[in-house]
Amino acid sequence: MVTPILPLRIEGAHVRRKSLRLIGPVDLEIAGTGLTIVMGPNGSGKTSLLRLMHGLERADEGRLEWAVPEVEARAAQGYVFQRPTMMRRSVIDSIAYPLLLRGVSRRDAATQAQNWAERVGLGDAVARPARVLSGGERQKLALARALIRAPQILFLDEPCANLDGAATREIEALLRDVVAGGTRVIMATHDIGQARRLANEVVFLLNGHLHETGPADAFFAGPATPEAAGFLGGQIVD
Amino acid sequence: MQAAWLILTLDAELIEITLRSLQVTVTAVVISAAIGLPLGAWLAVNRFAFRRHVIAVLNALMGLPPVVVGLIVYVMLSRSGPFGVFGLLFTPTAMIIAQIIIVTPLIASIAHQVIRDLWSEYHDLLISLNTTKTQRIKTLLWDGRRALLTACLAGFGRGIGEVGAIMIVGGNIDNVTRVLTTAIALETGKGNFALALGLGFVLIGLAIAVNVLIHNLSRTERSSQW
Repeated sequence: MVTPILPLRIEGAHVRRKSLRLIGPVDLEIAGTGLTIVMGPNGSGKTSLLRLMHGLERADEGRLEWAVPEVEARAAQGYVFQRPTMMRRSVIDSIAYPLLLRGVSRRDAATQAQNWAERVGLGDAVARPARVLSGGERQKLALARALIRAPQILFLDEPCANLDGAATREIEALLRDVVAGGTRVIMATHDIGQARRLANEVVFLLNGHLHETGPADAFFAGPATPEAAGFLGGQIVD
Repeated sequence: MQAAWLILTLDAELIEITLRSLQVTVTAVVISAAIGLPLGAWLAVNRFAFRRHVIAVLNALMGLPPVVVGLIVYVMLSRSGPFGVFGLLFTPTAMIIAQIIIVTPLIASIAHQVIRDLWSEYHDLLISLNTTKTQRIKTLLWDGRRALLTACLAGFGRGIGEVGAIMIVGGNIDNVTRVLTTAIALETGKGNFALALGLGFVLIGLAIAVNVLIHNLSRTERSSQW
């Protein structure tokens, strides 16, 4: 029986680097299922919010609380970086790596990694060095590497930035499968089209402040704040 | 001519000296790597008080004068020294100890630089995957293995060409502690330059052969993208 790590409650959280405020105050609750899009212009704090939720950044003020102790919650999360780190290993070894950390035998880890490689469309590339993959293939590898741990919640930081249409389509299809499988997905993007295609819920950030949050349909139909409306209308907001 | 004749006829004494050189240096490098690689990796991933000073000292130890190392090891291993009871002075073991002291800072320092760069690349991923410190060090050592091999080869190069320390602690005793470098020093002292030069070529050939062998075994060039 897997203990649910959600809901995640963030209350009055600030993240600062030296004297610079990256985000805050942020009050947010992540619960239920589906895909939440964190959107906002460049520099609005999307990455910082994702890193805060995942524990890569510490809140200088406020608090962040999972339904279970943080150590347990961390083990049930996955994170895909905007520029995924490619290990100096083959594709299959890179995907299997998180399982080896958990003490899974090499044979079982390789079998599961092969399955995931095929699922993300890297079945023919398993023996290649991870570092020679294209941008789209790297994102697929990073997704497989995150998903092989069967996370309850998956964070994605602009996974389709700089990808062509075909690669973006493949990643989005994969994400729909992942969400249908019950994984909670939190994804940062400033691509409004992608947000419309994928989001069940939207978190809109501007200058590190959480401006608006709510169901995607309502947000896109009529944003509550003029800044969000301006952003959706293609204006430069800051 | 004399040197060429010794090499071509696989002179027994030359072979013995060459094998002893290899035995002493390879043993010292293996032990130094076992100490220096994890030490370098540990320094790269841990933060503690005076860390920068420790790294500065480690880097400075790369330039440790071999003669001084030899002198210190001599004092420690001599009959009146703290380790005199072991009777190690003027044995290959004493030469290995001296080489370990010379080679370890070199391997550790290069390993630290290699792992530091790799750590900055892997940092977020390894933190995200909830790795323990031991898992991080193991991962970084494994993924950095090709660059770390170069560190070991640099250590081998330093060890195989070393003469000052092993001359002092080994004594250059025929059939016991004579190695290529001490033999070259001896023959040069005797004015036997041709033989000394021949031994020098053997030494250079040995260093190149070991490097080529290791690079081929680890497929460093063919797998540069890894």
